[in-house]
Amino acid sequence: MIMSVKVRYFASLKDSIGRSEDLVDVNGIVTVAEIWAMANANRPMPDNILAAVNMEYVDIEHSVQNGDEVAFFPPVTGG
Amino acid sequence: MIKISADLFDPWHEVVVYQNSAKHWAGKFGATNVFVGTMRDFNDGDSVSAMVLEHYPGMTEKQLDDIVEQAIRDWHLLDALVVHRVGEIKPNEPIVLVAVWASHRGDAFDAGRQIMEALKNKAPFWKKERLQNGDERWVEHNTDGYLRSPKNDFSVFSD
Repeated sequence: MIMSVKVRYFASLKDSIGRSEDLVDVNGIVTVAEIWAMANANRPMPDNILAAVNMEYVDIEHSVQNGDEVAFFPPVTGG
Repeated sequence: MIKISADLFDPWHEVVVYQNSAKHWAGKFGATNVFVGTMRDFNDGDSVSAMVLEHYPGMTEKQLDDIVEQAIRDWHLLDALVVHRVGEIKPNEPIVLVAVWASHRGDAFDAGRQIMEALKNKAPFWKKERLQNGDERWVEHNTDGYLRSPKNDFSVFSD
């Protein structure tokens, strides 16, 4: 079975990128910031974006490997 | 308990049903604090006709579980109930219910506030507003619940 990193986008970020998810294959361990760069080659990460790995908040230097789910989204506005 | 609801819910009914079903702390609680957040028909000076609430399934429940567990530990709660709507919502419909049960009022008041503010900051929900003129816009951030709100400006609705 081939594992990869599932990358998900939500809300206004999903609208501006035009996709809700990507699959990225990595070798070994990379960072969240590197995952963004692999999936969005020509688009710098917006300043106010939040990141999660496996549904927990992380900073962009957090490590990621195949099989993880990475999510990027704007500030949350529930409640 | 955490519930994510795609349908309209009655927060008062939810509180009564949950409280009546919780036999193991019947007789133990002296304070119930209930917060209900309801959709307004105005925001940022504009008239809003509907809203769509998007969320991140799985992470939402995980974050809310953590928030509630933390509040239970911090304030010695007997129990807590959080219900949050997703999907299309109309003005006057409830968006969120936070109900907590404690032995004493101080813990109940403070725990309810803590859960609500943490939910606003951490739970992955996003609101998209549909304005009266048909435009749609994402709400960009939540306001700080500890700051006093600006006075409501209803002048746009007066003739």
